Amino acid sequence: MKFSNGVKDGLPIGLGYFAVSFSFGIAGSKLLSWPLVTFISMTNLTSAGQFAGLQIMADAAGTFIEMAIATFFINLRYSLMAISLSQKVAPNFGTFKRLLLATGITDEIYALAVSRTEPVTARYFAGLMVLPYIGWSSGTLCGSVCGEILPAIVTNALGVALYGMFVAIVVPQMKAHRPTLIAVLIAIACSLAFKYVPALSGVTVGFAIIICALVASLIGAALFPVKDESEGEA
Amino acid sequence: MIATQDYVVFLLVMAGVTYLLRAVPFVLLKGKLKSRFWRSFLAYVPYTVLAAMTVPAIFYATENKLSGACALVTAVLASLLGLGLVGVAAVACVTVLGVDGLMMLL
Repeated sequence: MKFSNGVKDGLPIGLGYFAVSFSFGIAGSKLLSWPLVTFISMTNLTSAGQFAGLQIMADAAGTFIEMAIATFFINLRYSLMAISLSQKVAPNFGTFKRLLLATGITDEIYALAVSRTEPVTARYFAGLMVLPYIGWSSGTLCGSVCGEILPAIVTNALGVALYGMFVAIVVPQMKAHRPTLIAVLIAIACSLAFKYVPALSGVTVGFAIIICALVASLIGAALFPVKDESEGEA
Repeated sequence: MIATQDYVVFLLVMAGVTYLLRAVPFVLLKGKLKSRFWRSFLAYVPYTVLAAMTVPAIFYATENKLSGACALVTAVLASLLGLGLVGVAAVACVTVLGVDGLMMLL
């Protein structure tokens, strides 16, 4: 598989990423100048992780260790995908190429790469990540610039887009898979408790998200083990 | 606004952890994760994380709680009706614009 095949296959992902990262840019512009927001996207390439990271930066009590732990758990699924992808790559996809292209392991790029029947070559994978990377970075750039210019009523509305997309990822899985429904409801109940129960309100945003996700996922895994390695699509 | 110095450390931590999570297993591990429990755990993580990040934060993302709450409801309905990522996001945006606009007029 050639580089150009990858570029072509990556186009729809790139377009989707532009839209998602536009709202990340909007959200980021409330806290940081546009070059700083854009640089987060250029170095991370992860939606949920960056968004949680932004919430921790925005929290006056947020700490570096909290950032490390939150990023670790939220992005832990990439390790699973990396393991899975390493079974599918062509023999000449060596260590150096892996180090160079590892950043391309996102939910969507991974899903597309492993769904191919042929082994994944380094050229194809590099091609696959080009447009998503450009889309993600340029979307953030446009969003953060617009966030500085547009009036609050418009940016508030656009800022909700990211939550809308989270809903669009979670709800279909809740509908299709009852254990996910239960795990998600546990996570929401836990998250509400951290916000509204006075005794718990001292916990910072990042740790609250970590604890909620850990508790709900551990309960889910203990009560309803999944059949195969069905990965998430966040 | 946060201090540039803090931003740099936050960014390094974030980007470093994310990169290592991807690169280390990709380079080192060739086998399949054997534990069904941990595979299950990892399968649930994306959804529980997104849910915990959305509720209750969405209530505080807009001018008033009402528009955020309405956006959550319409987004869930739109998703149940089969709309995709961009469609659901658009419904949420329009809801906030409508509710906030209405509140300004009242």
